[in-house]
Amino acid sequence: MLAFIIRRVLQSLVVLLVMSLLVFIGVYAIGNPIDVLISPDADQIERAKVIVAFGLDKPLWLQYFIFLKNAAGGDLGRSFAYSTPALTLIFERMPATLELSSAAILLSIVLGLPLGLLAGLRPNGVVGKAIMAVSILGFSLPTFWVGLMLIMVFAVQLGWLPTSGRGETQLLFGVPVSFLSWDGLRHLLMPAFNLALFNIALVIRLTRSGAQEALMQDYVKFARAKGLRNSRIIGVHVLKNILIPIVTVVALQFGSIIAFSIVTETVFAWPGMGKLIIDSIRVLDRPVIVAYLLLIVTIFILINLVVDMLYSALDPRVRLAESKG
Amino acid sequence: MRLMSWPAMGLRVFLITSCLLLLAPIAPTAAAQEFKLAMSSPPTSMDPHFYNLFPNINVSDHIFEQLVAMDADSHIIPALAESWTLVNNLTWEFKLRKGARFHDGSPLTAEDVAWSLDRPATIVGSPGKFDTYTKAIINKKIIDPYTIQLTTKEPYPLLLADLTSIYIVSKKATQGLSSDDFASGKGMIGTGPFKFVKFQRDDRIELERNNDYWGKKPAWSKVTLRFIPNDATRLAALLAGDVQAIENVPTPDLAKVRADKNLSFYSKVSHRVIYLYADTRREKSPFVTDKDGKPLDKNPLQDVRVRRALSIAINRDAIRDRVMEGLSEPTNNLVPAALFGHNPNLKPPKYDPEAAKKLLAEAGYPNGFGLTLHTPNNRYINDEKIAQTIAQMWSRIGIATKVEGAPMSVYSARGAKSEYSIGLLGWGAQTGEVSSPLRAMVACDNPAKGMGAVNWLKYCNPKMDAVLAKALISVDDKERSRLLQEATAIVIDDGGVIPIHQQVTTWATKKGIVYIPRTDERTHAYGFYPQ
Repeated sequence: MLAFIIRRVLQSLVVLLVMSLLVFIGVYAIGNPIDVLISPDADQIERAKVIVAFGLDKPLWLQYFIFLKNAAGGDLGRSFAYSTPALTLIFERMPATLELSSAAILLSIVLGLPLGLLAGLRPNGVVGKAIMAVSILGFSLPTFWVGLMLIMVFAVQLGWLPTSGRGETQLLFGVPVSFLSWDGLRHLLMPAFNLALFNIALVIRLTRSGAQEALMQDYVKFARAKGLRNSRIIGVHVLKNILIPIVTVVALQFGSIIAFSIVTETVFAWPGMGKLIIDSIRVLDRPVIVAYLLLIVTIFILINLVVDMLYSALDPRVRLAESKG
Repeated sequence: MRLMSWPAMGLRVFLITSCLLLLAPIAPTAAAQEFKLAMSSPPTSMDPHFYNLFPNINVSDHIFEQLVAMDADSHIIPALAESWTLVNNLTWEFKLRKGARFHDGSPLTAEDVAWSLDRPATIVGSPGKFDTYTKAIINKKIIDPYTIQLTTKEPYPLLLADLTSIYIVSKKATQGLSSDDFASGKGMIGTGPFKFVKFQRDDRIELERNNDYWGKKPAWSKVTLRFIPNDATRLAALLAGDVQAIENVPTPDLAKVRADKNLSFYSKVSHRVIYLYADTRREKSPFVTDKDGKPLDKNPLQDVRVRRALSIAINRDAIRDRVMEGLSEPTNNLVPAALFGHNPNLKPPKYDPEAAKKLLAEAGYPNGFGLTLHTPNNRYINDEKIAQTIAQMWSRIGIATKVEGAPMSVYSARGAKSEYSIGLLGWGAQTGEVSSPLRAMVACDNPAKGMGAVNWLKYCNPKMDAVLAKALISVDDKERSRLLQEATAIVIDDGGVIPIHQQVTTWATKKGIVYIPRTDERTHAYGFYPQ
């Protein structure tokens, strides 16, 4: 187990290094952030001064080595546009994104699993077919369009929910969260649902196919013969056995949702990391782009690690036997 | 007169008092009214000296003030400086307003002004500092707590315009602070109509009314500035009542907003001009070709007749009516009519494709040539659409034009390296007069003197430069206006740039809320009033 984790950590470091190199080269290739950021009234002398102040006059490989040196000490640079440390900016916005993503994942599970089971148990009934049809919509409709439609219907026409933004926040262990208040929940509902839509559809389909397959297994026939309640058969035996692919997908999607909540955050003016990254890309704020992508890669790596360990917990047949080759 | 018995008197008093007490809440209080406003870009810092970025200064206007300010027509008006005189050609004396106090109660003094004029140069890590506006001041002399003298190296008529960009902060409150500290409220002590309450980055700013403000008190006791960059969401917030006013009404929704009976629509010509710049220097220009796409030996854009043809082949009225939904002002100037230096004799050229074709034939291109027009696609209102429309208009006179759009970050990087032959760009005359665009757009490239900052294709007209140089040291307003108009006429007649139109800024409010629109595109909560 220990060897497994150590190997994982080493692999992760290599991935992080390659990622930072790619971002540096990529941003450099697009253009000079100074041209976008600099004040319109500034003349060429000011421009030259700013370029030196940001270290952009040095050759690219030197800038990269300076970055590595600072990163080893935990400093991922200062944002060009905000002048605050990049990590501070990201951590300031992370609670909002994590809150939104967690709510979205929760909705996916809470809505996806039961609906998927229902569709799996009655695949040929009206209910089952209806659920499958709706799940196709969940896959295919673009997120920004669904978001705008939700706002139009529920906020503008019906007036039930607020159009955008985050509600009132309270501090929970020093982290601002908004789900503890009714106002916060009202603001959270639409963006979380918008973000979760794709995943709800995914979970529905996975659960349905898993349930259909599991119901044909011998152990289900045996459990029925034994006289177990239907709810126990499905809720305990079937569910546990179909959970592995669902857990994998949900876990991977969690990372993906955190990283790419950009569209939902932009449409709903949710002050999260996604909006930060898209704004930073637009003005070529390289320190923030690099810091953000490194953070996302780290999150993905951690999630993968947790998933692998969950496997061995869920399925006794799986051993973390990679070290044996 | 018969006296009332005591019980009757008592009853009468009781009835009257209780009536008054019951009615009192109905009598209007000095508006404990809340106002929510949605803006389209969030500020990057709360420090008023940190970064010369439009959203930052828009927010700073609420809490801080300058020595002199711009009114809604971009004319200079007294703010914290009650009056000023010219002691001599190089020295200006300002008398400060005695009634102005900072939000912490301390009075505004010349010490704070001197401190605020020094601070911009000391800011670290800003991509666009404000010291561009203070570097002309070589000496400050405090005569008394309410009088300060500023000296410049040469006669500098633009001092007042520059001072509209420098906010006066409290020396006591901001000593030793870094720009980061302002986000939590430290140092956010100004003299303005609103006090700072809270800043949630990229989400909202909360303000409360400054009841000791020396000027006109705002109508709102509490203001929330929300930042909603997505156009559709911002409008939805107004329609749903989440906010009472928005800036920058999205163009596709203009017709709907103007027709909506529950909304009021405001617009004003902005100081931002949209124009084309062309390659007048190089014999071989990268994106000028013949009709088959082969590069040309001689660059037609070097001929002033070709540039004139390009200008009169643009139907600016059609662009206004079809592309901008009526919201643009065709122009042949670099600033709108209300601004200093506008030349009333330069009228937008009449659309005349026949005359354009004749000019092209005269210049030796009867069959036209090929061109690529470059443009940003995410910076100005309908920028790419305007470029595509112009390209079609030029195709009609025989110039086969392609359009290439790019995000501003890419466009400006390549443009600054002179990679284009002809391109679209915009410029906002923040200083309220035409010297700013002339210096930046068409002055001969001279980094040491700060000339030609966006003159990417290095247009150079020594005659215009000479007139401009005289204007820049002419402290007499009438003389300077005359010289600036002359300089503008020289460069426009020479086709140094081809102005298309002035942008129009738009605002929308819930019916019952009035706004006084501004030329400088700013949106101030204190500019909104309940009807």
